[in-house]
Amino acid sequence: MQLIKQFFYGDYDAMKVAGNPADAAATPSVATQEWPIWEVFVRSKQGLDHKHVGSLHAADAAMAIENARDVYTRRQEGISIWVVESKYIHATNPDEAESLYEPAADKVYRHPTFYELPIELKHI
Amino acid sequence: MNIYWNQQWPAHIQYALFLADNALILAQQHSKWCGKGPILEQDIALSNIALDYLGQARNFYQLAAEELNQLEGVQFYTEDSLAYHRTDRNFVNLLLTELEQPNWGHCVLKTFLYSSFASLVFQKLMHIQAGELTAIAEKSNKELAYHKRWSQDWVIRLGDGTAESNTIMQQALNQIWPYAGECFIPANFETVFWQNHPSFFHELEKEWMDYLQTIFTEATLQLPAKQAWQTGGKQGIHTEQMGYVLAEMQYLQRTYPNSVW
Repeated sequence: MQLIKQFFYGDYDAMKVAGNPADAAATPSVATQEWPIWEVFVRSKQGLDHKHVGSLHAADAAMAIENARDVYTRRQEGISIWVVESKYIHATNPDEAESLYEPAADKVYRHPTFYELPIELKHI
Repeated sequence: MNIYWNQQWPAHIQYALFLADNALILAQQHSKWCGKGPILEQDIALSNIALDYLGQARNFYQLAAEELNQLEGVQFYTEDSLAYHRTDRNFVNLLLTELEQPNWGHCVLKTFLYSSFASLVFQKLMHIQAGELTAIAEKSNKELAYHKRWSQDWVIRLGDGTAESNTIMQQALNQIWPYAGECFIPANFETVFWQNHPSFFHELEKEWMDYLQTIFTEATLQLPAKQAWQTGGKQGIHTEQMGYVLAEMQYLQRTYPNSVW
């Protein structure tokens, strides 16, 4: 059983090369003229995590950062941007969701609900 | 007497109008590309830049309007009247800003030339005591730094790209370059405005040209042979293009005077 499987978020270029991302990077297909897709993560303020906000097209990392700035932070949404090419994201297989996630459903004792948190603690 | 342009106005008001006109006309030309960019992300980028320039124009017009009302003892000038009621002979923008933008190469090259030129001017404004002008320059310079980086990337990307992109970029440069020199050939109001800094235009030309040369070399673009610069914009003598720009931009206010939202 394969637990970790790579999904291609619309990046058909990489999908055709199939499998090893390194191969995909080394031999870009000339069949499609589309720029690759990048996933964008934005940190809204100091101290918070980078959150996934969406994706976009860009020819390279530098352009992806600039596009992300123009597309996702034009209303003061963030102070820091990460981008990663979509083909480098590995995801769990939805077909295996049952075995992966459902066993946790009946284990309430794993939740920290039996503690009282100080009011000063935020974002937990 | 022409109520919308007067050589006798203080130089700093004329200079504010010059900076406002540059930003407004460039914003207008860029905004025509809204919805027509080569890819969604870049369409948004150029529209953002157009809005940045519109914002800069508003700041400079508001300042000019306030000072003109004070000077003439009237309540006549507003940012809108300065933008929509003046004719081409009243506009003192650089010819560079009004040139048409038939392809993406022209869009990025015009942005590149103007933003790199303007950021040098604005940096200098930040180092002298020019009151409100200094404040607006400081705010605008952050935007210009981004425009410069964005357009510089594109000039290099397309210049040093494929044979086709290089050809189109080189053609754009050949067409636009004769209009670059006007940036550092001072008009009367500029000479007066910078009178305490007599070497300003000389330094500006040198620093700007060195920078442009560096980028064009990296982009494998050739500067056209030295030729006479096209000038006249700062004196209100514009290219044919300016009439079309104003006709479209001012249409509503000309047809329905003083209409509001």
